[in-house]
Amino acid sequence: MKKINFNKIEDKILEFLFFLSGFFVILALSGIFLLVLKTALQALKNIPISEFLFKFYWNPTSYTKPTYGMLSMIMGTFIITFFALLFAIPIGIASAIFISEIASHKFKEFIKPIIELLAAIPSVVLGFFGIVVLGPYLAKIFNLNTGLNALNGSILVSIIALPTIISISEDALNRVPKSYEEASYALGATKFQTLLKIKIPSAMSGIISGCLLGMGRIIGETMTVLMAAGCAASIPKSIFDPVRPMTATIAIELGEVAFNTDHYYALFVVGLVLFIITFIINLIADMILYKYQHSRR
Amino acid sequence: MKVKTIISLILTLFAGVTILQSQQMLKVKGSDTMVNLVQALAESYMEKYPEKVISVSGGGSGTGIASIINRQCDIANSSREIKTKEVFQAKQNGLDPLQIPIAIDALAIVVNPNNPVKKLTVEEVGAIYAGKIKNWKEVGGPNKPITLYGRQPNSGTYDFMKDVVIKGDYSKEMREMNGTSQIVEALKTDISGIGYVGVGYLRDAGNEISPVEIARKKGEKYYDPLNVQDVLNGNYPITRALYQIVDKKQINKNKEVKNFLKFELSEDGQKIVEEMGFYRLAGKYLEMKNKLGLGF
Repeated sequence: MKKINFNKIEDKILEFLFFLSGFFVILALSGIFLLVLKTALQALKNIPISEFLFKFYWNPTSYTKPTYGMLSMIMGTFIITFFALLFAIPIGIASAIFISEIASHKFKEFIKPIIELLAAIPSVVLGFFGIVVLGPYLAKIFNLNTGLNALNGSILVSIIALPTIISISEDALNRVPKSYEEASYALGATKFQTLLKIKIPSAMSGIISGCLLGMGRIIGETMTVLMAAGCAASIPKSIFDPVRPMTATIAIELGEVAFNTDHYYALFVVGLVLFIITFIINLIADMILYKYQHSRR
Repeated sequence: MKVKTIISLILTLFAGVTILQSQQMLKVKGSDTMVNLVQALAESYMEKYPEKVISVSGGGSGTGIASIINRQCDIANSSREIKTKEVFQAKQNGLDPLQIPIAIDALAIVVNPNNPVKKLTVEEVGAIYAGKIKNWKEVGGPNKPITLYGRQPNSGTYDFMKDVVIKGDYSKEMREMNGTSQIVEALKTDISGIGYVGVGYLRDAGNEISPVEIARKKGEKYYDPLNVQDVLNGNYPITRALYQIVDKKQINKNKEVKNFLKFELSEDGQKIVEEMGFYRLAGKYLEMKNKLGLGF
């Protein structure tokens, strides 16, 4: 008689369970995407796509004629993202280098949880901080009427992106094989030279993908920008102008909009555009990360 | 032995169910202008009847009305009248919406206390918010650009200003703030700012922001939103009722809804309205309520 191999059955069951959970994630993602896409397409029946993409002003509750131009909010999103990255990337990479190369082991153990704690600050708290503390402070420094502007929003969301950038970059630096470093020292390079010429270039793809993932966080951030960035539907001309990014528009309007109206469908178009942008950024980040992990083998 | 256990189990279950039933919660949602007011009313009501539970949340008048249409709350607070579109949607969902005025609000136009401009006409306020007047010097102030603060589109106050005062679109430059207290917070530090808040918020804001006096037209008398008489007899030009919207069928079916409404409109309730810085029902709004034939 053939003996049943219980180990094999157990393996199969576990395998199936893991497959199921993985499958569930894919199902959830594609479900959300299809829902957004389907609802967004409804809007395009009544509103031409050129209105969304080439007109500036978004005012679906207009007193006279509703307009659905997305350009001003796309510009808002990009201004916030650009300046937030301008702050977050140098600080993030520098902190990663400090933690991985310079800090003592003890200090490292101390500072790492603190950086992770940064990610735990609720965005609504950051937004409140922007209104009450950072806003008036910026107004004083730059001699403005008010500090509720794109600069305020950028600084705050850069704080949100920092933990992602720091931990992924630090990880990338740590993954650089010890032999590279040793070879560099053996050739007489100083610690600084080794860091700049060997370690950072070797970890570059990891650092870049960390920055891209941080960028994804910034683009998707809602509450902080909604509160601190001024939230005006105008076209921003400088960093001191108020902006209303795409996320804020959806958050503000989706709660009150009447179901199955043009306005409702139009908000899903905004959601779709946002989804596509973040999806592309995450995809690029993943591709870079994948390439870098596989070139090491 | 076994039977005993089963019986006691069933009894506990019953007890649990009755507790759950008596703890049925009344959900009130909507206008941010009204959230503190209705919260105070609910607290006083719950003090009187400790077995009752009422939860009050904000989110804006539009949000409140949308959620009563979707049957996610029992009473919607609204600082504007229900729109025909919303009535239509409610009817489609099998609701018969009824709007009941519970208090009067004077919409105060507020500025930083250091702003020398203390008087404006309704037209000037409208032109400022439409972006036609951009500098304080055009209304007798210093040569400084005006920073506009307003509410977000889910706010009833936002709609009220647009429909009644501006009669047109808001300026694109207006900063849309997430709730009245954020407007107050911004105006505390911005000397050249202007905002609009329900009069109830002036009570808490103290001297940190100051309301301007408003006249209907140039040459007419200016009135202060904090003067009870002028608001109640309609001299102050920007007044409105604060409403609660319920499903008419629920008033008779659901005793909780009826009792709470009754309390709000009672002498005790109206006193709380005044304590919270708003005004009790009077004049045309009192008539409007009496015409509804609620019987209280």
